[in-house]
Amino acid sequence: MKVKVKVWRQKNASDKGGFKEYEVLTDPDSSFLEMIDVLNQDLLNKKEDPVAFDHDCREGICGACSMYINGQPHGPSKGTTTCQLHMRSFKDGDSITIEPWRAAAFPVIKDLVVDRTAFDRIIQAGGYISVNTGVTVDANAVPIEKEKADEAFKAAACIGCGACVAACKNASAMLFVSAKVSHLALLPQGAPEADIRAAKMLGQMDKEGFGSCTNTQACEAMCPKEISITHIARLNRQFFKSGFTASDQS
Amino acid sequence: MQLDSKIPEGDLADKWTKYKSKVKLVSPANKRRIEVIVIGSGLAGASAAASMAEMGYKVKCFCFQDSPRRAHSIAAQGGINAAKNYQNDGDSVFRLFYDTIKGGDFRSREANVHRLAEVSASIIDQCVAQGVPFAREYGGLLANRSFGGVQVSRTFYASGQTGQQLLLGAYSALSRQIAKGQVEMFNRHEMLDVVMIDGKARGIISRELITGKIDRHFGHAVVLASGGYGNVFFLSTNAMGSNVTAAWKAHKRGALMANPCFTQIHPTCIPVAGEHQSKLTLMSESLRNDGRVWVPKKKEDCNKDPRQIKEEDRDYYLERIYPAFGNLVPRDVASRAAKYMVDEGRGVGKTGVAVYLDFSDAIKRLGKHVIEERYSNLFEMYQRITDENPYEQPMRIYPAVHYTMGGLWVDYELSTNIPGLYAIGEANFSDHGANRLGASALMQGLADGYFVLPYTIGNYLSNDIRVDAIPTSHPAFDKAEQAVKERINKLMSIQGDLSVDHFHKKLGKIMWDKCGMSRHGDGLRQAQKEIAELREEFWSNVFVPGSDSEFNPELEKAGRVADFLELGELMVLDALTREESCGGHFREEYRTPEGEADRRDDLFTFVSAWKHTAVGQEAELVKEELEFNNVELKVRSYK
Repeated sequence: MKVKVKVWRQKNASDKGGFKEYEVLTDPDSSFLEMIDVLNQDLLNKKEDPVAFDHDCREGICGACSMYINGQPHGPSKGTTTCQLHMRSFKDGDSITIEPWRAAAFPVIKDLVVDRTAFDRIIQAGGYISVNTGVTVDANAVPIEKEKADEAFKAAACIGCGACVAACKNASAMLFVSAKVSHLALLPQGAPEADIRAAKMLGQMDKEGFGSCTNTQACEAMCPKEISITHIARLNRQFFKSGFTASDQS
Repeated sequence: MQLDSKIPEGDLADKWTKYKSKVKLVSPANKRRIEVIVIGSGLAGASAAASMAEMGYKVKCFCFQDSPRRAHSIAAQGGINAAKNYQNDGDSVFRLFYDTIKGGDFRSREANVHRLAEVSASIIDQCVAQGVPFAREYGGLLANRSFGGVQVSRTFYASGQTGQQLLLGAYSALSRQIAKGQVEMFNRHEMLDVVMIDGKARGIISRELITGKIDRHFGHAVVLASGGYGNVFFLSTNAMGSNVTAAWKAHKRGALMANPCFTQIHPTCIPVAGEHQSKLTLMSESLRNDGRVWVPKKKEDCNKDPRQIKEEDRDYYLERIYPAFGNLVPRDVASRAAKYMVDEGRGVGKTGVAVYLDFSDAIKRLGKHVIEERYSNLFEMYQRITDENPYEQPMRIYPAVHYTMGGLWVDYELSTNIPGLYAIGEANFSDHGANRLGASALMQGLADGYFVLPYTIGNYLSNDIRVDAIPTSHPAFDKAEQAVKERINKLMSIQGDLSVDHFHKKLGKIMWDKCGMSRHGDGLRQAQKEIAELREEFWSNVFVPGSDSEFNPELEKAGRVADFLELGELMVLDALTREESCGGHFREEYRTPEGEADRRDDLFTFVSAWKHTAVGQEAELVKEELEFNNVELKVRSYK
């Protein structure tokens, strides 16, 4: 099958960038990234610069891939990362537009590659339980309700790809932040720091230039791991309960 | 050259306790002055960096990904073993030790493996304390499942995403230390050389991947936690960026590479679909609990719809050849059997390079809902990739490269033979012998990083408390940086006609065909020649676009493939000289009359550690004899 792709090309952070069109011969069993591999091989054969894009595990778990496909983060398939999307989701002759995440807090590095270190800094602000190696009790000393553990796991399944930010018209990182806050607050081990954690992570989120949440729910709809927005509600409760304000804590 | 494995004296079960009570310590005031470099941020790297930072060392941690959270440990599915005996099924430290030694086909070191089993329980405690959401029973206690090659339930898991949850735990501990300023994190950086001063590892040369800038970093010690080298085969279940470069640079600086040919080929992966395939996806080993593996008896049936093939025309070959273990034979055995079926011309699917894994009997017996409950995430993943519904037709599977047991040679302290240079996790060779058991890779990565290295490294660093940080203007840094720059310039200046991937795919095919699931002396000798030729062609005709002072993924790949082209030759040499069959290493000339692996304990009960000489020249073999005082060397039989 043959597709026409319109790809964002931008040499580096200071370059203005723009779309370029290419035709790619691919097949329905190829993954979307393998289609870009073919395009890049064509470009290399012509001694041109290949399209830069972040990717690593190619099995939907590392969270590296980060592109809009026809305006949707990770493309048309629900609950699917770009690397797990296959060309059979498209038709012969289709035009496909590919862009990097658009958010002030995720500046473009080159082509489809963006800088997501803001997410790392949000975790560094408080997305952990303060425990040193070796200073622990037996793993079964504290039983945890299965339901709570399962709920914590669902929140912890976030892959940190940034699709929630890319999907949000305000470029808010609330789904990302709330997934981590929820994961840890649901567990007894994470409870002692739950309030301050929420305040610190939100404070960092503001500092990084992410927007605020206006409940459009676009983040949940586009999340490749289908993380629920109920975590945002839990985060808000946690935060109000904390008595902190985001600007207090950084 | 003599290798000293530094195994402590005394009874096997007491060695680690005794070692810990005698190991030299570094005072808090001195720890503050000591800098440690950690390469890699997977389970081993992140846990080591965080733990050492908590102890007070100044740590610099490097990863090539855009975030330490994306290291490839994240993709591990099945679980992590620990001798907790929570199921009261007779598990113990000794049993975990024994299973691991036996599973490794008696080619690993007793003392290291016993220590691994000893610390396994603490790993689970640590992870739970960090908030890792392991699967639980309704009573609120931790759940376990069983894995191949063992008779107890000792595997802890978090759905099919255990690696992700453990890595995020280690990443959170690492993030906490970054916030405290105890760890300086370098994302999107690649280590390109080890700097040696007076015979010790004293730093690294790295490249900032976004700007191309070459940097120098001093460290009192350097820890390599850079993972395995399965991508030498091009197609593997490894992430696209996984590479041997850090380990290989260390090897070229004098660190020995041990058992490089020991590769784990996992039997249940989604087969190659076409020529543009870029990587392979694993389907968890747990599927073999309920799936039956078969191929058609007659070649002419291979293109038929499998559902139309009658029961009597199917060959359930694992059940036929290995009635005692059936579909649950260990990974190496299952993989080889699939290869033989395909070689006989009885492979299935469009390419003819696959076998069936059929759940129809299990669905009939247990009902579809039970199978859904057990495997729905895997079935969905399969369908997403292949567009076939495994509830309605058998899965097609084929073996794929998954893990490398070989790696840098380390002693009991996880130190390479270069003082101050350590290797942990998949990057070292020490614990899995010739075959790794399922759910043991996560265990080893975290054991090394949380509970072993932070102790053993003190024994070295305690002698270094009077050594001030060496300025990176030292001539050794000049020299190393110069060499790195020259190599990059060379790669940029060739401006040939063929892409890096072209060479990588060719190398992968040579390795897969001749140094893969089964190996023969003739094929290996041919592979030596072919790899040498390919390497020469690479250095005269590879094309790298752009410049070296910008974000240039093709240049990164070129450097890695150049290293794979050297490693491949060493793997072949190792496979050629190991004239026996053991674990994942199967030499066709060495098999029993029944066609099974012929392990030759009288001749090959040793570790092959290789010393680099020069590119294109044979490496020098250094042997570490393996002693077994606590287990009896037995022939593995699954019939």
